[in-house]
Amino acid sequence: MRNNKLNILTNGVVKSNPTFRLVLGTCPTLAVTTQALNGLAMGAAVTFVLLCSNVMISILKNVIPDRVRIPAFVVIIATFVTVVQMVMQKFLPSLYEALGVFLPLIVVNCIILARAEAFASCNPVLDSALDGIGMGFGFTLSLTFIGIVRELLGAGSFFGLPIGSLGNVSMTVFILPAGGFLVYGTLMALVNFLTRIAENRKYEKSAEHIASAEKEA
Amino acid sequence: MNLYFAIIVGSVFVNNFVLSQFLGICPFLGVSKKTNTALGMGFAVIFVMSLASVFTYIVNEFVLLKLHLEYMQTIAFILIIAALVQSVEIVIKKFSPSLYSALGVYLPLITTNCAVLGVAILNVQKAYNLLQSFLNGLFAGVGFTLAIVLLAGVRERINPKNVPESFRGFPITLIAAALLSMGFSAFSGMFGIS
Repeated sequence: MRNNKLNILTNGVVKSNPTFRLVLGTCPTLAVTTQALNGLAMGAAVTFVLLCSNVMISILKNVIPDRVRIPAFVVIIATFVTVVQMVMQKFLPSLYEALGVFLPLIVVNCIILARAEAFASCNPVLDSALDGIGMGFGFTLSLTFIGIVRELLGAGSFFGLPIGSLGNVSMTVFILPAGGFLVYGTLMALVNFLTRIAENRKYEKSAEHIASAEKEA
Repeated sequence: MNLYFAIIVGSVFVNNFVLSQFLGICPFLGVSKKTNTALGMGFAVIFVMSLASVFTYIVNEFVLLKLHLEYMQTIAFILIIAALVQSVEIVIKKFSPSLYSALGVYLPLITTNCAVLGVAILNVQKAYNLLQSFLNGLFAGVGFTLAIVLLAGVRERINPKNVPESFRGFPITLIAAALLSMGFSAFSGMFGIS
Protein backbone atom coordinates (compact mmCIF):
# COMPACT_ATOMS: atom_id res chain seq x y z
CA MET A 1 0.00 0.00 0.00
CA ARG A 2 2.76 2.41 0.93
CA ASN A 3 4.61 1.44 -2.25
CA ASN A 4 1.52 2.36 -4.27
CA LYS A 5 1.41 5.87 -2.76
CA LEU A 6 5.09 6.32 -3.50
CA ASN A 7 4.49 5.27 -7.10
CA ILE A 8 1.79 7.92 -7.51
CA LEU A 9 4.16 10.54 -6.13
CA THR A 10 7.15 9.64 -8.30
CA ASN A 11 5.12 8.91 -11.44
CA GLY A 12 4.98 12.59 -12.41
CA VAL A 13 8.64 13.19 -11.71
CA VAL A 14 10.19 10.48 -13.88
CA LYS A 15 7.95 8.05 -15.73
CA SER A 16 5.29 10.48 -16.93
CA ASN A 17 7.17 13.73 -16.55
CA PRO A 18 4.69 16.31 -17.91
CA THR A 19 7.33 18.26 -19.84
CA PHE A 20 9.52 15.62 -21.41
CA ARG A 21 7.34 12.51 -21.52
CA LEU A 22 3.74 13.74 -21.83
CA VAL A 23 4.62 17.01 -23.64
CA LEU A 24 1.92 19.00 -21.84
CA GLY A 25 2.00 22.65 -20.83
CA THR A 26 4.51 23.56 -23.50
CA CYS A 27 3.66 27.27 -23.73
CA PRO A 28 4.97 28.30 -20.28
CA THR A 29 7.80 25.77 -20.63
CA LEU A 30 9.17 27.69 -23.59
CA ALA A 31 8.13 31.20 -22.65
CA VAL A 32 9.33 31.71 -19.09
CA THR A 33 12.54 29.66 -19.12
CA THR A 34 14.84 32.48 -20.25
CA GLN A 35 16.01 32.54 -16.62
CA ALA A 36 16.26 29.65 -14.18
CA LEU A 37 14.49 31.64 -11.45
CA ASN A 38 11.47 32.36 -13.65
CA GLY A 39 11.20 28.67 -14.49
CA LEU A 40 11.29 27.81 -10.78
CA ALA A 41 8.63 30.41 -9.94
CA MET A 42 6.37 29.24 -12.76
CA GLY A 43 6.80 25.65 -11.59
CA ALA A 44 5.93 26.59 -8.01
CA ALA A 45 2.82 28.48 -9.13
CA VAL A 46 1.66 25.56 -11.29
CA THR A 47 2.36 23.07 -8.46
CA PHE A 48 0.21 25.09 -6.06
CA VAL A 49 -2.69 25.32 -8.53
CA LEU A 50 -2.34 21.65 -9.46
CA LEU A 51 -2.37 20.50 -5.83
CA CYS A 52 -5.36 22.67 -4.87
CA SER A 53 -7.40 21.88 -7.97
CA ASN A 54 -6.68 18.13 -7.73
CA VAL A 55 -7.80 18.06 -4.08
CA MET A 56 -10.88 20.20 -4.73
CA ILE A 57 -11.96 18.22 -7.79
CA SER A 58 -11.39 14.94 -5.98
CA ILE A 59 -13.59 16.12 -3.10
CA LEU A 60 -16.33 17.31 -5.46
CA LYS A 61 -16.09 14.47 -7.97
CA ASN A 62 -19.40 12.89 -6.93
CA VAL A 63 -21.22 16.24 -6.80
CA ILE A 64 -20.26 17.58 -10.24
CA PRO A 65 -22.57 16.25 -12.96
CA ASP A 66 -20.68 14.46 -15.71
CA ARG A 67 -21.97 16.66 -18.55
CA VAL A 68 -20.73 19.95 -17.13
CA ARG A 69 -17.53 18.62 -15.57
CA ILE A 70 -15.13 20.45 -17.91
CA PRO A 71 -16.59 23.95 -17.27
CA ALA A 72 -16.74 23.11 -13.54
CA PHE A 73 -13.06 22.04 -13.54
CA VAL A 74 -12.08 25.19 -15.42
CA VAL A 75 -13.85 27.43 -12.89
CA ILE A 76 -12.13 25.65 -9.97
CA ILE A 77 -8.74 25.99 -11.67
CA ALA A 78 -9.35 29.64 -12.58
CA THR A 79 -10.21 30.41 -8.95
CA PHE A 80 -6.88 29.10 -7.68
CA VAL A 81 -5.01 30.84 -10.50
CA THR A 82 -6.60 34.11 -9.44
CA VAL A 83 -5.45 33.45 -5.87
CA VAL A 84 -1.86 32.91 -7.09
CA GLN A 85 -2.04 36.06 -9.24
CA MET A 86 -3.22 38.23 -6.35
CA VAL A 87 -0.67 36.85 -3.88
CA MET A 88 2.20 37.23 -6.34
CA GLN A 89 1.21 40.75 -7.35
CA LYS A 90 1.21 41.79 -3.71
CA PHE A 91 4.32 40.01 -2.40
CA LEU A 92 6.52 39.26 -5.44
CA PRO A 93 5.86 42.13 -7.87
CA SER A 94 9.07 41.61 -9.87
CA LEU A 95 8.23 37.95 -10.58
CA TYR A 96 4.66 38.97 -11.36
CA GLU A 97 6.04 41.31 -14.03
CA ALA A 98 8.49 38.72 -15.37
CA LEU A 99 5.89 35.97 -15.79
CA GLY A 100 3.47 38.47 -17.32
CA VAL A 101 0.60 37.06 -19.31
CA PHE A 102 1.68 33.48 -18.58
CA LEU A 103 0.51 33.72 -14.98
CA PRO A 104 -3.22 34.03 -15.84
CA LEU A 105 -2.59 31.54 -18.65
CA ILE A 106 -1.98 28.79 -16.06
CA VAL A 107 -5.77 28.36 -16.37
CA VAL A 108 -5.34 26.82 -19.81
CA ASN A 109 -2.18 24.89 -18.93
CA CYS A 110 -3.08 21.45 -20.24
CA ILE A 111 -1.28 19.61 -17.40
CA ILE A 112 -3.79 20.82 -14.84
CA LEU A 113 -6.90 19.98 -16.83
CA ALA A 114 -5.36 16.70 -17.95
CA ARG A 115 -4.67 15.60 -14.34
CA ALA A 116 -8.14 16.75 -13.26
CA GLU A 117 -9.76 14.72 -16.02
CA ALA A 118 -7.49 11.68 -15.96
CA PHE A 119 -6.68 11.36 -12.25
CA ALA A 120 -8.48 13.57 -9.73
CA SER A 121 -11.96 12.93 -11.10
CA CYS A 122 -11.68 9.19 -10.41
CA ASN A 123 -9.32 8.85 -7.42
CA PRO A 124 -9.47 9.49 -3.66
CA VAL A 125 -8.38 12.83 -2.17
CA LEU A 126 -5.00 11.77 -0.76
CA ASP A 127 -3.93 10.07 -4.00
CA SER A 128 -4.98 13.13 -5.99
CA ALA A 129 -2.96 15.39 -3.70
CA LEU A 130 0.11 13.18 -4.11
CA ASP A 131 -0.40 13.12 -7.88
CA GLY A 132 -0.63 16.93 -7.89
CA ILE A 133 2.57 17.29 -5.87
CA GLY A 134 4.44 14.74 -8.01
CA MET A 135 3.33 16.18 -11.35
CA GLY A 136 3.99 19.72 -10.14
CA PHE A 137 7.44 18.77 -8.90
CA GLY A 138 8.26 17.08 -12.22
CA PHE A 139 7.13 20.19 -14.09
CA THR A 140 9.12 22.50 -11.79
CA LEU A 141 12.23 20.36 -12.13
CA SER A 142 12.04 20.34 -15.94
CA LEU A 143 11.37 24.07 -16.19
CA THR A 144 14.20 24.93 -13.82
CA PHE A 145 16.55 22.67 -15.74
CA ILE A 146 15.65 24.20 -19.13
CA GLY A 147 15.99 27.63 -17.50
CA ILE A 148 19.46 26.81 -16.14
CA VAL A 149 20.67 25.63 -19.57
CA ARG A 150 19.24 28.62 -21.43
CA GLU A 151 20.45 31.17 -18.89
CA LEU A 152 23.94 29.66 -18.79
CA LEU A 153 24.34 29.59 -22.58
CA GLY A 154 22.39 32.75 -23.35
CA ALA A 155 23.42 35.12 -20.57
CA GLY A 156 26.37 33.37 -18.92
CA SER A 157 24.82 33.34 -15.47
CA PHE A 158 23.34 30.89 -12.97
CA PHE A 159 20.15 31.98 -11.16
CA GLY A 160 21.10 35.59 -11.97
CA LEU A 161 24.67 35.28 -10.66
CA PRO A 162 27.23 35.94 -13.40
CA ILE A 163 29.76 33.10 -13.77
CA GLY A 164 33.27 34.45 -14.37
CA SER A 165 33.62 36.08 -17.78
CA LEU A 166 31.12 33.69 -19.37
CA GLY A 167 28.82 36.66 -19.96
CA ASN A 168 31.25 37.98 -22.58
CA VAL A 169 30.99 34.90 -24.78
CA SER A 170 27.27 34.21 -24.27
CA MET A 171 25.09 33.28 -27.23
CA THR A 172 22.04 35.53 -27.10
CA VAL A 173 20.08 33.20 -29.40
CA PHE A 174 19.47 30.88 -26.43
CA ILE A 175 17.35 33.42 -24.61
CA LEU A 176 15.52 34.32 -27.82
CA PRO A 177 12.42 32.29 -28.78
CA ALA A 178 14.38 30.15 -31.27
CA GLY A 179 16.75 29.02 -28.52
CA GLY A 180 13.77 27.93 -26.42
CA PHE A 181 12.59 25.52 -29.11
CA LEU A 182 16.15 24.35 -29.70
CA VAL A 183 17.01 23.61 -26.05
CA TYR A 184 13.63 21.98 -25.35
CA GLY A 185 13.94 19.73 -28.43
CA THR A 186 17.52 18.73 -27.67
CA LEU A 187 16.81 18.00 -23.99
CA MET A 188 13.77 15.94 -24.95
CA ALA A 189 15.92 13.90 -27.33
CA LEU A 190 18.45 13.41 -24.50
CA VAL A 191 15.69 12.20 -22.17
CA ASN A 192 14.46 9.80 -24.88
CA PHE A 193 18.01 8.52 -25.29
CA LEU A 194 18.49 7.94 -21.55
CA THR A 195 15.07 6.30 -21.28
CA ARG A 196 15.99 3.89 -24.07
CA ILE A 197 19.26 2.97 -22.35
CA ALA A 198 17.42 2.37 -19.07
CA GLU A 199 14.81 0.24 -20.84
CA ASN A 200 17.49 -1.76 -22.64
CA ARG A 201 19.10 -2.54 -19.28
CA LYS A 202 15.79 -3.82 -17.99
CA TYR A 203 15.45 -6.02 -21.04
CA GLU A 204 18.91 -7.47 -20.60
CA LYS A 205 17.97 -8.67 -17.14
CA SER A 206 15.45 -11.07 -18.54
CA ALA A 207 16.36 -13.52 -21.29
CA GLU A 208 12.81 -13.62 -22.48
CA HIS A 209 12.82 -9.96 -23.33
CA ILE A 210 16.08 -10.29 -25.23
CA ALA A 211 14.57 -12.95 -27.45
CA SER A 212 11.53 -10.83 -28.19
CA ALA A 213 13.70 -7.76 -28.82
CA GLU A 214 15.75 -9.70 -31.35
CA LYS A 215 12.60 -10.84 -33.06
CA GLU A 216 11.47 -7.23 -33.36
CA ALA A 217 14.82 -6.08 -34.69
CA MET B 1 -3.88 54.68 -39.06
CA ASN B 2 -0.30 53.95 -38.16
CA LEU B 3 -1.35 52.06 -35.03
CA TYR B 4 -3.69 49.82 -37.04
CA PHE B 5 -0.87 49.00 -39.46
CA ALA B 6 1.39 48.24 -36.49
CA ILE B 7 -1.22 45.89 -35.00
CA ILE B 8 -1.71 44.02 -38.28
CA VAL B 9 1.96 43.59 -39.24
CA GLY B 10 2.96 43.18 -35.60
CA SER B 11 0.64 40.31 -34.81
CA VAL B 12 1.25 38.40 -38.06
CA PHE B 13 5.02 38.78 -38.43
CA VAL B 14 6.96 40.76 -35.84
CA ASN B 15 5.32 39.41 -32.69
CA ASN B 16 4.00 36.19 -34.20
CA PHE B 17 1.92 34.57 -31.47
CA VAL B 18 3.44 31.13 -31.82
CA LEU B 19 7.01 31.71 -32.89
CA SER B 20 7.93 34.71 -30.80
CA GLN B 21 5.39 34.89 -27.97
CA PHE B 22 4.94 31.15 -27.32
CA LEU B 23 1.16 31.24 -27.26
CA GLY B 24 -0.72 28.25 -28.66
CA ILE B 25 2.23 25.86 -28.70
CA CYS B 26 0.15 22.77 -27.83
CA PRO B 27 -1.97 22.78 -31.04
CA PHE B 28 1.08 24.07 -32.94
CA LEU B 29 2.93 20.85 -32.06
CA GLY B 30 -0.10 18.56 -31.86
CA VAL B 31 -2.09 19.38 -35.01
CA SER B 32 0.73 20.08 -37.47
CA LYS B 33 1.27 16.64 -38.99
CA LYS B 34 -0.56 17.44 -42.23
CA THR B 35 -1.02 20.76 -44.05
CA ASN B 36 -4.77 20.23 -44.52
CA THR B 37 -5.56 19.65 -40.86
CA ALA B 38 -3.23 22.50 -39.91
CA LEU B 39 -5.16 24.82 -42.22
CA GLY B 40 -8.49 23.67 -40.74
CA MET B 41 -7.22 24.29 -37.20
CA GLY B 42 -5.87 27.68 -38.31
CA PHE B 43 -9.22 28.86 -39.69
CA ALA B 44 -11.05 27.67 -36.57
CA VAL B 45 -8.57 29.62 -34.43
CA ILE B 46 -8.89 32.80 -36.56
CA PHE B 47 -12.67 32.59 -36.19
CA VAL B 48 -12.71 32.04 -32.42
CA MET B 49 -9.93 34.55 -31.68
CA SER B 50 -11.68 37.38 -33.55
CA LEU B 51 -14.99 36.66 -31.80
CA ALA B 52 -13.33 36.19 -28.41
CA SER B 53 -11.50 39.53 -28.72
CA VAL B 54 -14.79 41.34 -29.35
CA PHE B 55 -16.77 39.59 -26.61
CA THR B 56 -14.10 39.84 -23.93
CA TYR B 57 -13.67 43.54 -24.79
CA ILE B 58 -17.37 44.18 -24.32
CA VAL B 59 -17.59 42.25 -21.06
CA ASN B 60 -14.41 43.81 -19.67
CA GLU B 61 -15.46 47.36 -20.60
CA PHE B 62 -19.13 47.27 -19.63
CA VAL B 63 -19.27 44.69 -16.84
CA LEU B 64 -15.94 44.13 -15.10
CA LEU B 65 -14.69 47.74 -15.13
CA LYS B 66 -18.11 49.20 -14.33
CA LEU B 67 -18.55 46.95 -11.31
CA HIS B 68 -14.87 47.11 -10.25
CA LEU B 69 -14.47 43.37 -10.68
CA GLU B 70 -11.09 43.49 -12.45
CA TYR B 71 -9.81 40.62 -10.31
CA MET B 72 -12.45 38.37 -11.88
CA GLN B 73 -10.84 38.86 -15.31
CA THR B 74 -9.26 35.41 -15.64
CA ILE B 75 -12.38 33.53 -14.56
CA ALA B 76 -14.72 35.69 -16.64
CA PHE B 77 -12.61 35.45 -19.80
CA ILE B 78 -12.16 31.69 -19.70
CA LEU B 79 -15.90 31.22 -19.19
CA ILE B 80 -16.66 33.56 -22.11
CA ILE B 81 -14.27 31.64 -24.34
CA ALA B 82 -15.64 28.24 -23.29
CA ALA B 83 -19.23 29.39 -23.84
CA LEU B 84 -18.29 31.04 -27.14
CA VAL B 85 -16.60 27.93 -28.49
CA GLN B 86 -19.59 25.83 -27.49
CA SER B 87 -22.12 28.16 -29.10
CA VAL B 88 -20.06 28.60 -32.26
CA GLU B 89 -20.01 24.83 -32.53
CA ILE B 90 -23.80 24.60 -32.18
CA VAL B 91 -24.46 27.44 -34.66
CA ILE B 92 -22.10 26.09 -37.30
CA LYS B 93 -23.52 22.58 -36.90
CA LYS B 94 -27.02 23.93 -37.51
CA PHE B 95 -26.38 26.32 -40.40
CA SER B 96 -23.36 25.03 -42.27
CA PRO B 97 -22.79 21.29 -41.96
CA SER B 98 -19.96 21.46 -44.51
CA LEU B 99 -18.07 24.05 -42.47
CA TYR B 100 -18.84 22.00 -39.36
CA SER B 101 -17.31 18.88 -40.84
CA ALA B 102 -14.23 20.93 -41.77
CA LEU B 103 -13.78 22.72 -38.41
CA GLY B 104 -15.85 20.55 -36.08
CA VAL B 105 -13.14 18.38 -34.60
CA TYR B 106 -10.87 21.35 -33.85
CA LEU B 107 -13.41 23.54 -32.10
CA PRO B 108 -13.48 21.82 -28.67
CA LEU B 109 -9.67 21.87 -28.61
CA ILE B 110 -9.63 25.65 -28.93
CA THR B 111 -11.02 26.28 -25.42
CA THR B 112 -7.67 25.25 -23.95
CA ASN B 113 -5.63 27.00 -26.66
CA CYS B 114 -3.78 29.60 -24.65
CA ALA B 115 -3.52 31.87 -27.70
CA VAL B 116 -7.22 32.69 -27.35
CA LEU B 117 -7.13 33.60 -23.66
CA GLY B 118 -3.75 35.21 -24.31
CA VAL B 119 -5.05 37.58 -26.97
CA ALA B 120 -7.96 38.58 -24.73
CA ILE B 121 -5.65 39.42 -21.82
CA LEU B 122 -3.12 41.23 -24.05
CA ASN B 123 -5.92 43.37 -25.54
CA VAL B 124 -6.81 44.54 -22.04
CA GLN B 125 -3.16 45.08 -21.04
CA LYS B 126 -2.49 47.17 -24.15
CA ALA B 127 -5.75 49.13 -23.65
CA TYR B 128 -6.95 48.53 -27.22
CA ASN B 129 -10.38 49.83 -28.25
CA LEU B 130 -13.03 47.59 -29.81
CA LEU B 131 -11.75 47.79 -33.41
CA GLN B 132 -8.12 47.41 -32.35
CA SER B 133 -9.00 44.38 -30.20
CA PHE B 134 -10.87 42.79 -33.11
CA LEU B 135 -7.96 43.40 -35.51
CA ASN B 136 -5.45 42.09 -33.00
CA GLY B 137 -7.49 38.90 -32.52
CA LEU B 138 -8.05 38.43 -36.24
CA PHE B 139 -4.44 38.93 -37.30
CA ALA B 140 -2.96 37.06 -34.35
CA GLY B 141 -5.09 34.17 -35.64
CA VAL B 142 -3.68 34.73 -39.14
CA GLY B 143 -0.17 34.65 -37.65
CA PHE B 144 -1.00 31.39 -35.85
CA THR B 145 -2.31 29.89 -39.10
CA LEU B 146 0.80 30.97 -41.00
CA ALA B 147 3.10 29.40 -38.42
CA ILE B 148 1.20 26.11 -38.09
CA VAL B 149 0.86 25.67 -41.88
CA LEU B 150 4.58 26.38 -42.38
CA LEU B 151 5.50 23.84 -39.70
CA ALA B 152 3.12 21.26 -41.19
CA GLY B 153 4.80 21.79 -44.56
CA VAL B 154 8.18 21.10 -42.99
CA ARG B 155 6.95 18.06 -41.05
CA GLU B 156 5.42 16.47 -44.14
CA ARG B 157 8.85 16.48 -45.74
CA ILE B 158 10.76 15.02 -42.79
CA ASN B 159 11.51 11.37 -43.42
CA PRO B 160 11.62 9.61 -40.03
CA LYS B 161 14.21 7.18 -41.37
CA ASN B 162 16.74 9.99 -41.70
CA VAL B 163 16.19 11.17 -38.12
CA PRO B 164 18.27 9.74 -35.23
CA GLU B 165 16.05 7.52 -33.10
CA SER B 166 16.09 9.77 -30.03
CA PHE B 167 15.03 12.78 -32.11
CA ARG B 168 11.99 11.12 -33.72
CA GLY B 169 8.59 12.67 -33.01
CA PHE B 170 8.47 15.78 -30.84
CA PRO B 171 12.20 16.61 -30.60
CA ILE B 172 12.73 16.96 -34.36
CA THR B 173 9.50 18.97 -34.60
CA LEU B 174 10.84 21.34 -31.94
CA ILE B 175 14.11 21.71 -33.84
CA ALA B 176 12.15 22.51 -37.02
CA ALA B 177 10.14 25.07 -35.04
CA ALA B 178 13.41 26.56 -33.76
CA LEU B 179 14.58 27.11 -37.36
CA LEU B 180 11.23 28.68 -38.28
CA SER B 181 11.44 30.90 -35.22
CA MET B 182 14.95 32.00 -36.21
CA GLY B 183 13.54 33.00 -39.59
CA PHE B 184 10.77 35.00 -37.95
CA SER B 185 13.21 36.72 -35.59
CA ALA B 186 14.48 38.53 -38.70
CA PHE B 187 11.21 40.50 -38.60
CA SER B 188 11.95 41.91 -35.14
CA GLY B 189 12.20 45.66 -35.09
CA MET B 190 10.69 45.90 -38.59
CA PHE B 191 8.74 49.17 -39.16
CA GLY B 192 9.83 50.17 -35.68
CA ILE B 193 7.40 47.68 -34.07
CA SER B 194 8.78 46.18 -30.91
